[in-house]
Amino acid sequence: MSDSRGVSRSALGQLSLTRMLAFLREPEAIFWVFAFPILLALALGIAFRNQGPSRSTVVIATGAGDSALRQALGRSPDLSVSVLPPQDADAALRRGKAQVLVRPGDPPTLIYDPSRPETRLAELTVRDALERAAGREDRLELRSDTRMRPGSRYIDFLIPGLIGLNLLGTGMWGVGFPIANARQLKLLKRLVATPMRRSDYLLSLMVARLVWLALEVVAIVAFGWLVFGVAMRGSWPGFVAVALIGGFAFSALGLLVACRARTIEAVSGLMNVVMMPMWLMSGSFFSADRFPAFVQPFIRALPLTAANDAFRALMNEGATFAQVIPQLGILLAWCVVSFALALFWFRWE
Amino acid sequence: MLDSLPRPATAESALRCRGLIKRYGDVVAVDGLDLDVRAGECFGLLGPNGAGKTTTIEILEGLNHPDGGEVTVLGRSWKRGEERALRERLGIQLQETRLHEKLSVEETVRLFRSFYRRGPEPAEVLRRVQLEEKRTAWVGKLSGGQKQRLSVACALVNDPEVLFLDEPTTGLDPQSRRQLWDLVDDFKRRGGTVLLTTHYMEEAEQLCDRVAIMDHGKVIALGTPGELIASLGADHVVDFSVDGSLDLEAVKRLPGVVEARQEPRSIALTVREPHVTIPALLAELGRQRAPLASLTTHHATLEDVFVSLTGRTLRDE
Repeated sequence: MSDSRGVSRSALGQLSLTRMLAFLREPEAIFWVFAFPILLALALGIAFRNQGPSRSTVVIATGAGDSALRQALGRSPDLSVSVLPPQDADAALRRGKAQVLVRPGDPPTLIYDPSRPETRLAELTVRDALERAAGREDRLELRSDTRMRPGSRYIDFLIPGLIGLNLLGTGMWGVGFPIANARQLKLLKRLVATPMRRSDYLLSLMVARLVWLALEVVAIVAFGWLVFGVAMRGSWPGFVAVALIGGFAFSALGLLVACRARTIEAVSGLMNVVMMPMWLMSGSFFSADRFPAFVQPFIRALPLTAANDAFRALMNEGATFAQVIPQLGILLAWCVVSFALALFWFRWE
Repeated sequence: MLDSLPRPATAESALRCRGLIKRYGDVVAVDGLDLDVRAGECFGLLGPNGAGKTTTIEILEGLNHPDGGEVTVLGRSWKRGEERALRERLGIQLQETRLHEKLSVEETVRLFRSFYRRGPEPAEVLRRVQLEEKRTAWVGKLSGGQKQRLSVACALVNDPEVLFLDEPTTGLDPQSRRQLWDLVDDFKRRGGTVLLTTHYMEEAEQLCDRVAIMDHGKVIALGTPGELIASLGADHVVDFSVDGSLDLEAVKRLPGVVEARQEPRSIALTVREPHVTIPALLAELGRQRAPLASLTTHHATLEDVFVSLTGRTLRDE
């Protein structure tokens, strides 16, 4: 009969604890939180891996002088050369197996598609090799440095974006789903019949998210580091702050989206409407700079853009805590405004 | 004879409403309802589905808002600011709440306990509802009766002064129903007030000190189960049917018959003394040459009261 003390008597503590337990007891949820982002990173990491210095493929059609051409082109380390009968050579070009077709003659003819960078590159390499064979000399002795700069690979770009994307996804679903579910089962109505503080209920959904957050962020960071060598170059406290406040901001957004919807279906629909633009525009898979200048202010104000920019600055560019404060500000604003609106508009029945 | 007017409000009224009105579009769910539930009694709202029982109880619970009328609960009204203090003193079980299936019984009770300032330990609550053995079982694994007892346990975590039960035994088997009745009796013995809705008349007869029979959003009869049954003027019912036609007027004049009703497949006689009426009935049927097809008798119940008031049975809605 004592007054409330400790977690077992604190409503916020109990609500958060039961929410976490309920989550950990859903095997499917665990899969979506962990396995999904890691599989995505693996697939994209492999598909867009840097394949080292790439060679262009050139095919020579048989005819008078093909062996001289072959010899000339064979000297270039950047070309892989084959000689085929004219019909097969045409087919190889058409199917994209070769970027340039060289037809022997005086002078030889180069056949290629000028609109694509890789065919242009192949054509320039072929032209260069033929010119050298014909006796052209290089007047400049240029030096080149071709070592990879750390943090500049696609996977380095991708991993911070995936962390942001995952925070968005699990934050919104992890909060929106239980709400719609509780509303459908009339559990919300039952809770409202107690003296429970309504803000405690909403807060508990966000606090319980800390479990997901810690687990999923650690999983993706560890995976990126172990498998692709994606390192953290900036401030760890800054990283933790962005993950924490970002996580809260997205779950507050989840509260807002689910605050009135009566069914799971309605919540799903709204979630997609809110998440889609961010998936596309917030620079998770490709840089947000590709969008025209007039939409940039809008894109920069999106919480996912702020999270992605901050994660990238911290991981790839070695940013300090102070350098990500603007992004933290944007995330905090989303968090506070969404939570306040959700509490105000929430449908408890 | 029929106590269909509300009794005067007493000082110890635990729940009280006056002129309660609730409309859903064109449908009037509650139509000027007056009700007084005294402290320490078990009060039943009995009626068919759609009579307005759930709407009434949810208005009293502060979960639904009336379009008109006044409500007082433990002397207070559902005002903003007083709501939480009032909820500390109430225990509420809703008609169709599904608790989280992947939490254990104990976790669920501890969660509900955490919402209240005072109350017994979760283990004590589980002992009262006889779910100690199911302490660690997930809610999803419980039987219907166990789920319902857990739902009541969640309403008892604060030792409430008033317990609201909305159709607590609907869909339960007889044994589970009896276990739940024991719970309510136990709560009453501790001095608690109970308001329950039901469409089972034997539940109302078993549990309730007083019953209000509701139909179309109004109280059509109010009293103890005994008073209501006595209001029929006789406490036995003889049900019979014949092959062919029958002169009902002659039957009504038989000795001991208080009322005769034509029902869809039979005729129901409300009688004072079956041993007097039945021989006379058999003689009358012989005189009319109407061969008896069936004959049953039972003690009059609240169901008979409802039928006699409305001409409908509780279940044929």
